[in-house]
Amino acid sequence: MFDPDSLALIFAGLTALAVLLYAILDGYDLGVGILLPLATEHDQQADIMIASIGPFWDANETWLVLAVGLLLIAFPSAHNIILQALYIPAAIMLVGLIMRGVAFDFRAKAAFSHKPTWNRVFKAGSILTAFTQGYMLGMYVMGFTTTIEAYLFACLAGVGVIAAYAFIGACWLVMKTEHDLQKQAVRWAQKAGWACFAGVVLVSVVNPIINPDVLNRWFSWPYAMLMLPLPLICFALFVVIEHLLKRMPLANDAMSWMPFAGVVTIFFLSFYGLAFSFYPYVVPGKVTIWQAMSAPESLRFLLYGALVVIPVILAYTAFSYRVFWGKVRELRYY
Amino acid sequence: MLDTFLPDTLMLSRIQFAANISFHILFPTITIALCWFLFYFKLRFDLSGDQVWMRAYRFWVKIFALTFALGVVSGITMSFQFGTNWPGFMETVGNIAGPLLGYEVLTAFFLEATFLGIMLFGMHRVPQWLHTVSALIVALGTSLSAFWILALNSWMQTPAGHEMRDGVAYPIDWLAIIFNPSFPYRLSHMLLASAITAAFLVAGISAYRILRGDQKRAPKLTLKIAITVACVLMPLQVFVGDLHGLNTLEHQPQKVAAMEGAWQTEKGVPLLVFAIPDEEQRTNHFEVAIPNLASLILTHDPQGEIKGLDEFKGQHPPVAPVFYAFRIMVGLGFLMLIIAMLSRYKLWRADTLPSWLLKVLVAMSFSGWVATLAGWYVTEIGRQPYLVSGILTVEQAATDIAPANVGFTLALYLTVYSALLIAYLHTVFVMARRAIEVEEIPDTQSIETITQKELEVAHV
Repeated sequence: MFDPDSLALIFAGLTALAVLLYAILDGYDLGVGILLPLATEHDQQADIMIASIGPFWDANETWLVLAVGLLLIAFPSAHNIILQALYIPAAIMLVGLIMRGVAFDFRAKAAFSHKPTWNRVFKAGSILTAFTQGYMLGMYVMGFTTTIEAYLFACLAGVGVIAAYAFIGACWLVMKTEHDLQKQAVRWAQKAGWACFAGVVLVSVVNPIINPDVLNRWFSWPYAMLMLPLPLICFALFVVIEHLLKRMPLANDAMSWMPFAGVVTIFFLSFYGLAFSFYPYVVPGKVTIWQAMSAPESLRFLLYGALVVIPVILAYTAFSYRVFWGKVRELRYY
Repeated sequence: MLDTFLPDTLMLSRIQFAANISFHILFPTITIALCWFLFYFKLRFDLSGDQVWMRAYRFWVKIFALTFALGVVSGITMSFQFGTNWPGFMETVGNIAGPLLGYEVLTAFFLEATFLGIMLFGMHRVPQWLHTVSALIVALGTSLSAFWILALNSWMQTPAGHEMRDGVAYPIDWLAIIFNPSFPYRLSHMLLASAITAAFLVAGISAYRILRGDQKRAPKLTLKIAITVACVLMPLQVFVGDLHGLNTLEHQPQKVAAMEGAWQTEKGVPLLVFAIPDEEQRTNHFEVAIPNLASLILTHDPQGEIKGLDEFKGQHPPVAPVFYAFRIMVGLGFLMLIIAMLSRYKLWRADTLPSWLLKVLVAMSFSGWVATLAGWYVTEIGRQPYLVSGILTVEQAATDIAPANVGFTLALYLTVYSALLIAYLHTVFVMARRAIEVEEIPDTQSIETITQKELEVAHV
C-alpha cells in the first residue's frame, strides 16, 4: 500500500514531529527546572513550580524515547552514525535526564533535610540536559566536524538551548501560576526571551555560512519563498511577546496563555527552518533518508499500528492536560 | 595513551550494557506487578469505602512513583545504547527489533506515562471510578510493555518468522516473530517473577513497619495480602520455570548443559547441588550430586539423555557464571517458597507473625531482585557467544568507538547507578518510617479530612 519512497518520507515526518513535540513539551519542563530558585526562603515557590510540571514530565520525556526510537527503527544507519559521533555528549545528557527525573521524586520522598540537595540536583540536571541537547544540535548543524570552531559553535548552541527552554518554561509559569510567582515568571521570561532571540539569530546566521547547501537553499527560488518569511514571523513574535510581558499580569489574568503560545510558534518555525535546511539528508551532507531507511515491510508493519495509536495518544494527552487545566494547585499523592 | 591501560572496547561495552540492563531491570520488575496491587487496593476501597484500603494505596503509590521514575530514566539510557555501542545489532536484525521496540513505545510507554500523571495527582480532579480506571490503565500499560520487550528478547533467543538476505534479517511472518517458540514461557516466567518480587517487597516493608511498632491496620493487611500472593504464585512459578527449562532444552540445549554443568552427553544425569565448573579441564570439582535427578526433571525419565557441552565446543556459553546464577535463582526461589508458606501458616494460626519471622521478611524485602537478576544472567549469558541465536554474535555487533570513550561513560554510569541504588533503598525505608508516625484516621471520617501531619507527609 505504501511504496518505499513515501515510507521514508512518512517516517522522516514522524521522527521530526516527535523531535519537535519533545523540544516543546520537555522544553517547558526542563525550563522550569532551569529557573528553579534554590534559596530556602523560596521553598514554596519551588514546590509550586515543580507541581506545575508534575503530572506531565514523564509523558513529555517519552517523546524523546519515541524520537530516538523512530530514528533507530526507520533510519538505523543514520542513528548509528549520529549517536556514535555524539557518544560523549549523549551520555552526559542521559546523566542529566537521570538526575532530573529522580530528583523530582526523591525531593518529595527523602528526609525533609535532603530537599534542598535534591532541588539542586533537579536544577543542575535540567541545565545539563538542555546544554548537551543544544551542543548536540550544534554539532549536527556543523555536520559533526571536529574543528575548534565547531566545538565553539556547539557550546554557543548549548547556551542558546538553555535560554530557549528557560524562555518557554517561564512562559509556561506565566500561564500556570498566580501572584508573586507569576510576576517573577514574567521577569524571567523577559530576560530569557532576549537570550533566546540572540540564540535564534546566531544559529540562523551561522548555519548558512557553514553549509553552502543550506545557503543555496535559503536564498534560491522557489525555496526562498518558503524560508525567508520565517525569520520575519519569528521576529514579529518576539516583539509581540516582549510587549505583552511588559504589561503583564493583565486584569483578570487576560492573555496569560499568549506568551506560551507565542514561544511554541517560535519553536515550531525555528524547527521547520532547520528541518527544511537539511532535507532530505538525515546525516547532514552525507546520508539521505532513502539511503538510511530500513526494510519497507518492517516500516509498513509499524505504520499501520502508528496510524491507529498516534491519534489515541494525542487524544489522551489532550485529556490529561484537560484534567490538570488552570492554575497550579499543590500536588498530593491522593 | 590511556587506551593501553583499558580493556578493549568490546569488553567495556559488554560490562556497560550488563550494568545498564541489570540496573534498569530492577525497577520494572517491581512496578509491573506493584501497580496491579495498587489497582486492587483502590478497587477494594471503591467497593467497600474502608479507609484501610486507601491508606494502603496511598503509601504504596508513593513507592510505586519513585520506582517508576527510576525505571524510566534508566530505560532511556538503554534505548541509546543500541546505537552507540551495538551498531551491528540494528544493522543485522533492526528490521525485526525496530518495530517491536516501536510498538512498545507507541502502545505502552505513552499510555503508562500519561495515565500515571492522573493516577498520582488526579484523584480529586477526576471522578473516583475514572481514577481507578487510570490505575488499571497504568497496570495494563506496564504489562503491555513487558509483552513487547519479552517478545523481542525471546526472538533474540529463539528467532523465528524471518529470512536472511545478504546477512540481514527480514520479517516474513510477524505473528511467528512475536509468538516465537520461547516467548510464552519467558513472558509468564517474568510476569510471575515480577509479582513475587513485588509481593516480597510489600511483605518486607509491611513487616518493617510492624516491627517498628506500627499498630495500624494497613501494614497488617498488606502483609497478609503479599504473603498470600507469594504462596499462590511461588508454586506456579516452579511449574512455569520447569516448562521454561524444557523449552530451553529443546531450543538451546547448550544453555541447559551449562546450567547443569554437564560436560559430556550422558544418560541418567545427576542433579548437581553444588560444584565448581572448570572450563580449562572441562570438568567439575567438588561435586555434590543427586543421582539421575537432572534427567528426571528435564526428560521426565531417570535414564533420559542430556546433551553435554562437548557437542557444542566453541559454541557454548561460559559455564561457571551460568551454572552459579542458576543455582542462586533456584536456591533463593525455594527459600522464598518456604518462607512464604511458613508465614501463611503462622498467619492462619495466630493472625500475627513472630518477630523473628518479621525480621526474616524484612531481610528478604529485595530477594526478588536477586533471584530475578540471577535468572536473567542465566538466560542472557546462556545465549553467548550469540547476541541473536545463530544469526549474530556479540562480537559482530560491537562498536569501534575508542575504549577511552566507553571507559569514561562506563565510569559515569557506574557512579550514578550506585548513588541512585543507595538513595532508593534508603528512601524506601525512610518512607516506611514516616508512615509509622502518621495517625490512623477513624473509619467514620471521609477521605477529604486528613490530619495536618498526613498533609505534610503526602505533600510533594
